[in-house]
Amino acid sequence: MRVVVVGAGPAGLAAARAAVHQGASVVLVDAEPSVGGQYHRGENIVVPQGVEHLPNTAVWALEGTRLHLRTGPADAPDRVARVLDADALVLATGAHDRALPFPGWDLPGVVTAGAAQAMAKAHGVTIGKRVVVAGTGPFLLPVADVLRRLHVRVAEVLEAGSPLAWAREPAGVFAGRAKVAEIVRYRAVLPRYRTRSAVVAAHGTDRVTAVTVAKLDRDWNVRPGTERRIEVDAVCVGFGFTPRLELAVAAGCSVQDGFVRVDERQATSVPNVYAAGEITGIGGADLARAEGEIAGTCAAGGTPSSRLLGAARRGRTFAAALDRVYHIRPGWRTWPDDRTLVCRCEEVDLGALRTSVEEHAALGLRSLKLTCRVGLGLCQGRVCLRNAAELAGFPYDAERFSRRPIAAPLRLGELADTPLEPEDPEE
Amino acid sequence: MKVTVDGTAVPARPGQTVAAALLAAGRPTWRDTRGGGRPRGLFCGIGVCFDCLVVVNGVPDVRACQRVLADGDDIRTQRGAELPR
Ligand SMILES: Cc1cc2nc3c(=O)[nH]c(=O)nc-3n(C[C@H](O)[C@H](O)[C@H](O)COP(=O)(O)OP(=O)(O)OC[C@H]3O[C@@H](n4cnc5c(N)ncnc54)[C@H](O)[C@@H]3O)c2cc1C
Ligand code: FES
Repeated sequence: MRVVVVGAGPAGLAAARAAVHQGASVVLVDAEPSVGGQYHRGENIVVPQGVEHLPNTAVWALEGTRLHLRTGPADAPDRVARVLDADALVLATGAHDRALPFPGWDLPGVVTAGAAQAMAKAHGVTIGKRVVVAGTGPFLLPVADVLRRLHVRVAEVLEAGSPLAWAREPAGVFAGRAKVAEIVRYRAVLPRYRTRSAVVAAHGTDRVTAVTVAKLDRDWNVRPGTERRIEVDAVCVGFGFTPRLELAVAAGCSVQDGFVRVDERQATSVPNVYAAGEITGIGGADLARAEGEIAGTCAAGGTPSSRLLGAARRGRTFAAALDRVYHIRPGWRTWPDDRTLVCRCEEVDLGALRTSVEEHAALGLRSLKLTCRVGLGLCQGRVCLRNAAELAGFPYDAERFSRRPIAAPLRLGELADTPLEPEDPEE
Repeated sequence: MKVTVDGTAVPARPGQTVAAALLAAGRPTWRDTRGGGRPRGLFCGIGVCFDCLVVVNGVPDVRACQRVLADGDDIRTQRGAELPR
């Protein structure tokens, strides 16, 4: 019985460990050189005993439970190809930061909160000396705190929402009480924390040199007259996370409310395919770990304990409350102007998007893509498509727009040189 | 490790990515866009956005945030869209 786990973050690591514990033969695949995912970056995490780890290995396509892999340095043309068959698959591919466009957001020095965090944790490198952290959700605080520890001046931390909304979520607060208590860890940055506030423009020519920040109303429209200018050399923005669904969609898993739909056992709608961690909902590393342990146990034919199922249930209660409290409000759509890029890869600005809708009568996201090329660049819409849909007033169907036969970039020469079958089906 | 960026030696440590070395060397920008020639550098940090492209040992379109440096690597800034040699 071979269980293949894709993604070596908290969810995938827990799944691999649990599947070995059930006696399965386990392969853990991740594009990064070491295990740990986004959460444990820079820590010395070891591969669970008995697990075969394939580092530097991207899963670029999935056909049923057959995986197409490429091992080697990122984007090098001569990586080693391999095909692997799984009896059961655990997908734990995590999420990436969501960024909302505003004038100047494409200037160098404006990065996602996760990028700043990853650089700081993995390499001890900071993106600037004087920064503003802005967006929504509890993740802004650890990011600001990590930067502060590396002697960056964090001028302000701007939360677009209002954490007072937690008052309406007693069950969520109780379920996530351990997480809520973590706030004290960030007390050093709390004096710089402002709610109902955002960066609404970045200024500079070759890189960001200043930002305009403003107070927001409940719906995130700028309150006129509240704009202030702050000198900075970097900005970190994060409006929650978008799950990386490509492999789950390629496997045929059904998606609900933007996340892979799973049952209590983390089983997806496809037999023998399980999903865990942020692709099933955004709830932090503890929930990812609990879900991973359940997924790995079940994928290998075991039964998870009721203690474990209870932990995951509590984590999901907290995650659902998180989602309600830090929900993105529609007023952000007034931040970009006609010259603000919506699609960074194809350099499509909001004006072009509007022309597509108003003059070319684009009827939905698909015709919008074809008339103005939004979302057709190298990132394949991963950064912009959700924003483009909201700006144009079209529905965004995560399942449909995560359908990418090639889930990780591959050079054409490599594609031509792809084995179709495992070298040794008995291995 | 010996690594050069546009012909100049830069300090680099084993395990460091191209993006980390460039940022540590105080460079926030290392490519420009195909259409507007706009400067770009790091954005998502985890391989998703493709803003951070560089030319590594003559091969263009390498994500600087994903590529771990090897001794002797020759890194070049990328101007617009470059064709592989
Ligand atoms: C940039 C970033 C930084 C973050 N930093 C923190 C932090 O410091 N603290 C915190 O509490 N939370 C952080 N988070 C939130 C974090 O996502 C979670 O809490 C936690 O890491 C989720 O665990 P996971 O196992 O679901 O996914 P992840 O930890 O995201 O792991 C997913 C793994 O899947 C791999 N993968 C994805 N697709 C493929 C593929 N096609 N082929 C091969 N491998 C693939 C990735 O390389 C990654 O290692 C961060 C999020 C992001 C996006
Ligand atoms: S910064 Fe996004 S791919 Fe490198």
